[in-house]
Amino acid sequence: MGSENQGFEEAQLYASREEMESLVLDDDDNKKNSNDNNPLSRSNGGANGDGSQHHHPLSSSLPFAEIPTTDDDDPLLSSPSPHKSPNAFNSFLEPPSYADAVFRSFDGDHGKQINGHGVVSTSSPSSSSDYLKISVTDPQKDQDLKNSLVPGGNTFVTYLITTWTNLPEFNGTEFSVRRRFKDVVTLSDRLSDSYRGFFIPLRPDKNVVESQVMQKQEFVDQRRMALEKYLRKLAAHPVIRRSEELRVFLQVQGKLPLMKTTDVASRMLDGAVKLPKQLFGESVVSAAVDPNDVSQPAKGGRDLLRIFKELRQSVTNDWGETKPPVVEEDKEFLEKKKKLQDFELELTNLSQQAESLVKAQQDIGETLGQLGLAFVKLTKFESEEAMFNSQRVRAADMKNVATSAVKASRLYRELNAQTVRHLDKLHEYLGVMLAVNNAYADRSNALLTVQTLLSELSNLNSRIEKLEAAASKIFGGDRSRVRKIEELKETMRVTDEAKNCAVREYERIKENNKNELDRLDKERHDDFFGMLKGFVVNQAGYAEKMASVWETVANETSGYAKSC
Amino acid sequence: MITTQRSPTGGGGLQSPRSPSSQPPFLSVSVTDPAKMGNGVQAYISYKVITKTNFPDYQGPEKIVIRRYTDFVWLRDCLFKKYKGIFIPPLPEKSTVEKFRFSAEFIEMRRQALDSFVNRIALHHELQKSEDLRTFLQADEQTMERARSQDTGIFKRKPADLMQIFRDVQSKVSDVVLGKEKPVEETNPEYEKLKRYIFELEDHLAEAQKHAYRLVKRHRELGQSLADFGKAIKLLGACEGDALGTAFSELGAKSEMLSIKLQREAHNLLMNFEEPLKDYVRAVQSIKGTIAERANAFRQQCELAETIKLKEIDLNKLRLTRSERMLDAEHEYEELKAEGEEATRRFETIVRLMNEEIVRFQDEKTQDMGLAFHEFAKGQARLANGIADAWRSLIPKLDSLSSS
Repeated sequence: MGSENQGFEEAQLYASREEMESLVLDDDDNKKNSNDNNPLSRSNGGANGDGSQHHHPLSSSLPFAEIPTTDDDDPLLSSPSPHKSPNAFNSFLEPPSYADAVFRSFDGDHGKQINGHGVVSTSSPSSSSDYLKISVTDPQKDQDLKNSLVPGGNTFVTYLITTWTNLPEFNGTEFSVRRRFKDVVTLSDRLSDSYRGFFIPLRPDKNVVESQVMQKQEFVDQRRMALEKYLRKLAAHPVIRRSEELRVFLQVQGKLPLMKTTDVASRMLDGAVKLPKQLFGESVVSAAVDPNDVSQPAKGGRDLLRIFKELRQSVTNDWGETKPPVVEEDKEFLEKKKKLQDFELELTNLSQQAESLVKAQQDIGETLGQLGLAFVKLTKFESEEAMFNSQRVRAADMKNVATSAVKASRLYRELNAQTVRHLDKLHEYLGVMLAVNNAYADRSNALLTVQTLLSELSNLNSRIEKLEAAASKIFGGDRSRVRKIEELKETMRVTDEAKNCAVREYERIKENNKNELDRLDKERHDDFFGMLKGFVVNQAGYAEKMASVWETVANETSGYAKSC
Repeated sequence: MITTQRSPTGGGGLQSPRSPSSQPPFLSVSVTDPAKMGNGVQAYISYKVITKTNFPDYQGPEKIVIRRYTDFVWLRDCLFKKYKGIFIPPLPEKSTVEKFRFSAEFIEMRRQALDSFVNRIALHHELQKSEDLRTFLQADEQTMERARSQDTGIFKRKPADLMQIFRDVQSKVSDVVLGKEKPVEETNPEYEKLKRYIFELEDHLAEAQKHAYRLVKRHRELGQSLADFGKAIKLLGACEGDALGTAFSELGAKSEMLSIKLQREAHNLLMNFEEPLKDYVRAVQSIKGTIAERANAFRQQCELAETIKLKEIDLNKLRLTRSERMLDAEHEYEELKAEGEEATRRFETIVRLMNEEIVRFQDEKTQDMGLAFHEFAKGQARLANGIADAWRSLIPKLDSLSSS
């Protein structure tokens, strides 16, 4: 026994993680945990767009292993083992090695799989046969030669975006394009404009850092993952996945043919004046007024005056004595909004506690590992220095405990990697809440536009009435006043059209909100049940494995208990 | 309260011609019922020490006395002085952190350690015969106090001296290891091996104990986080309502329940795994004291041998010159020789005892550790099963809620 050293390593005084990984346990296949070069990282501490990565405070010291899940059989879902029925939640089968003891999360009916590459299954319950799968790979450096002031100065990274689909609007089933981050920003902006009122997934952060960092492999890789996650979320949204903007982004070769924004300021540069001039000031010019422009939110540049008017209106809404002409009446909407606000609050809190839980699980696993290693060293020492048989006996007992502690430590690590994946849903939904808030903002903005136009109309009306009253007092008519009245009436007509447009837009956004809320309710229900069940199954499974490890040791040492 | 009724090890106990020989002699002690006495700075904890015995010199069959920590220290010091060569059982440390001193956990840890201490003495075939032990177990409090204060000062070895001895021993060990031999030094290779073993063992054990203590803390932390998680998820459930809300609430409740299990296991781990490890470390440190005593005894023997040699030379000179100092010198010489024999005898006793003790020690530690490992594994298995059961029981409920 004293010479039985083949199982032990030369170890330093303090166990490092690598030490634990490479420790050979002689009754265990030494399968190391999957490579962990995919730290989950989140840009900011708090809730951030679910397009960006999620950062656990521990990822710097101990990145979690991304456990591949495609080829494992989930003992719950798949056909049962020969011994047990699928509904008997007894101990799960002992896999050949502990590293394979993976329990795939139970994601309800969707069977979502997230893999290292490739595919996320779409989960629209309506048509289960169509698919839209996206992957983002192969970052490459490129140079923007046209606009660079410094020769060779304007480098950027492009990513290969590959799509597999059977949706009819795409011409083809598999195709690739190269896009840069700027293109993604453009896509995101255009979607925001076109799909007001929808819960649009948030794009990854811009991350303004120095160009040195921009080119670092780690940063580029993080961004690649973030982009992939973002595009997949877009593909998962039942409405947005059919959008022209997304299609163009995914399919059209060469430079992205989407305009950056519908900001009318750029149109001003072309000299074309399209907004109702009357919103701009007093003078009337027979301009080609496009009332439809009110269906766009007010942005910078030319819209400046419109912004001021809407701002004045909102102040009136808040502080004025008269009720604004149109109010948010939908009680159901207001109730839901309040509910979601509470939900967001509790979700934030819960996601913090989830992080603490993950950290605590990691710590206990680590300490068990260190304890195990300390006992391994002690065992080796006692075996080598043994002068009495009692020492050898003790060394044998100690070895059992040591190897079990190291096993348990590995189990904790695997458990934790899975826990992170399940509880990640919480972080995801924090991102969704941001999208929801954006959609609510769309609605408020649209309502504000309507209210502003109604105020304008009422203004114009009273001015017309005043002029008419004044004009009627002059015998023979007042040519200038009459002309003025005509102008104002024309303005009113246009403004009325704009108002109708705005109202239509508002109604449309309201409808979008409602549909999205329904969709959110359903998805939330499914997602959270999936998360809960996955979490619980995971915990139970690993606890069982740990119990079996320790029961063996307890049995082997039960002799000592009796002697007392 | 752990009251161990252990039967004495073979060969122990006193045989008295007067006592009926049908019942084998036994001495069984327990330390229980810690109680806080006094107020303020002078407050301390007292313990009930219950002795059950049929030893002839003891007041039997049962005697209860009240003792405090310093009484135990007195006993240990007496035994250390009088039974050189024997590994005196270790005592728990004096607490340095003030506010921790009266915490329930600390008191329980200390009580357990004191109980172990006295029991080991009572079961040791030599130590159990000690008169100081009898005083400790039987004397009333005034006598105890007198004895305690008597031994402070002259005979009580100051910690600084012990430290110096330890350092000497340690430096001697390292000298041997480095190949620098110092004159007054045992050259027993087996003994050198033992010394090295003891010193290295302490390091290894200390590290294991450190991690064991951390593991206790981790259990507590995990328990706390499960409680917080449970609470937060219940709050979310309240927001949700309906089936999902119920699911959240149920999960939250389970999480909170498991938090309690974790706290319980943390305590079990502390008392039945970490403390035995700590005890092991202390025992090894106590052996270092014995090693120091042996080195002392050896040095004394050697020094006396030197002195005797010199005296002999001196005496022979005096004999040749027939000085009137010869008689005195002879007298001194005889005295020195007697002392030398005494010193040799003392040293050899220590060597003999240590050889026996090391065997006993290794056996004892294998038992102690075996039990500690058993408790550790049992506790972990119990905890893991509890966790598995709790979560498993939730699964059918989740299924039914999700489909409703």
